[in-house]
Amino acid sequence: MSTVSTVGESAPRARTTPTNDDFGGRSGGRAFKDQLARILMWGAFLIALIPLVWILGSTLLKGGHMLLEADWWGKSQAGITARREGGGAVHAIQGTLIQALVTALISVPIGVLTAVYLVEYGRGRLARVVSFMVDILTGIPSIVAGLFIYAVWVTTFGFQRLPIAVCFALTMLMIPTVVRSTEEMLKLVPNELREASYALGVPKWKTIMKIVIPTSFSGIVTGILLGLARVMGETAPLLILAPYTKVIATDLFGGLMGTLPTMINQDRDQTLQPALDRVWGAALTLILIIFLLNILGRLIGRFSKVKS
Amino acid sequence: MAKRIDVKDLDIYYGDFKAVEGVSLTVEPRSVTAFIGPSGCGKSTVLRTLNRMHEVIPGGRVEGKVALDDQDLYASSMDPVAVRRTVGMVFQRPNPFPTMSIRDNVAAGLKLNGVKNKKRLDEVVEASLKGANLWNEVKDRLDKPGAGLSGGQQQRLCIARAIAVEPQVLLMDEPCSALDPISTLAIEDLINDLKSQYTIVIVTHNMQQAARVSDQTAFFNLKATGQPGRLVEVDDTQRIFSNPSEKATEDYISGRFG
Ligand SMILES: Nc1ncnc2c1ncn2[C@@H]1O[C@H](COP(=O)(O)OP(=O)(O)OP(=O)(O)O)[C@@H](O)[C@H]1O
Ligand SMILES: [Mg+2]
Repeated sequence: MSTVSTVGESAPRARTTPTNDDFGGRSGGRAFKDQLARILMWGAFLIALIPLVWILGSTLLKGGHMLLEADWWGKSQAGITARREGGGAVHAIQGTLIQALVTALISVPIGVLTAVYLVEYGRGRLARVVSFMVDILTGIPSIVAGLFIYAVWVTTFGFQRLPIAVCFALTMLMIPTVVRSTEEMLKLVPNELREASYALGVPKWKTIMKIVIPTSFSGIVTGILLGLARVMGETAPLLILAPYTKVIATDLFGGLMGTLPTMINQDRDQTLQPALDRVWGAALTLILIIFLLNILGRLIGRFSKVKS
Repeated sequence: MAKRIDVKDLDIYYGDFKAVEGVSLTVEPRSVTAFIGPSGCGKSTVLRTLNRMHEVIPGGRVEGKVALDDQDLYASSMDPVAVRRTVGMVFQRPNPFPTMSIRDNVAAGLKLNGVKNKKRLDEVVEASLKGANLWNEVKDRLDKPGAGLSGGQQQRLCIARAIAVEPQVLLMDEPCSALDPISTLAIEDLINDLKSQYTIVIVTHNMQQAARVSDQTAFFNLKATGQPGRLVEVDDTQRIFSNPSEKATEDYISGRFG
């Protein structure tokens, strides 16, 4: 005690205004590195932006006018040839949406349940194997998925090439993204919430259904929609498994089905203006649908049930 | 309604690591028992074996006996989910469910276990919030999110949630460590009220709190770091604080400890 008071009573030391030197100064080297890093980061960002702006710009310029025509949203390409103008993209939009919907219906339950298993139950050998498999699936190129389904569906079982087989191939591509994004969201749920629920005498499965999943719901949905948006642009499995048709075809078991990616592919090497317009129009439509899905994902994120 | 807890020769493991060794103690119904001791000596670990929350941790297992009024909690026929309905728990950090309103948080235990009768739920919500001394503060905003309350209110909400399922025993792991002195006093008062109905075990680092709220105090200690924790002595709180029989207890309580 006494030592403290003597220190307190001693005369205040002469003060000088602190200068940079008191803190060791700001070294020129560090300031330079800071600038360099800043320039590099901005540079990288701008370079990454260039192709994005370019693609959006040229698609809008070349395809924008197609989307303004009522026929585009009301008619198919039935009876339209490369040199004729007119017709619409309804058949392709419908095909893309139907395939995406069915793909989601198959992938979401499998993907979400796999993620729940990995995060909530998975221990030991089986979990490691499942996780490893998901990693491998993540890296599969879409053409390999398409060929694999072809090998099973057509070569082995002898079925026709059908749009439903496309959905199977897209499912292979979508499941890993759903598993990984759902896993991340489930891991974000604090363990304390699970323990709070167990401590109330709530069984584990009910804790998962009523506490864990609702808490991470918006994140899971966002992940699903982003995964779906990615899968909608895939082309290779469509080319292999469901040939393009210009007419409206909504039967997944009907053989042919037009979709936006295959519509783009159909006319991509044409030189006649009406066909080129349609290619750009279809590209812009696809971008627009994916953009809307992204917005939807973000909106759902806002309407999260987690309140504070 | 309250039940007696009998612990006999309890060893507790995390995988291969023996965290606690040879604990035997009895907690009388309608009494408050405080667990005190230095950090890492296993107070929380012992507490969590009393409602079978310990085994939720991967590798967590116990040897020995824990009985609730002569019913062996670790008998193979015993369902851990049923045990946790009988022995409620309040955690160190308030953890209301973030997706639920105040009302739903309190009703969560009943709702998730299948009670649907709205009138009954409303009654339980009101009674539990009153029991947790929170009713007056929240009765006008029962539909607001539970996570929007202050820390002290959230902790009382968690107590209300725990007593809403009408457990026989209430376990509390440092329920006041994240709270200010006023909320702490509110919770201590609450513990005093709850004592008439429940058997309560509370872990605390605050000696005054142990002295204020408990009838019986158990002092845990580690022989050395890396060694399992053990129960040094358990006795009437008055005796532990005035005239303990072990020197280690006296050293710890008087602050002459590592
Ligand atoms: N999940 C766990 N996995 C492995 N070991 C653990 C785990 N939780 C606790 N332990 C160990 O068990 C021992 C007792 O820990 P416990 O949390 O019960 O101590 P405590 O007395 O509650 O301490 P505090 O006062 O700091 O809360 C410590 O050695 C700790 O490292
Ligand atoms: Mg603890």
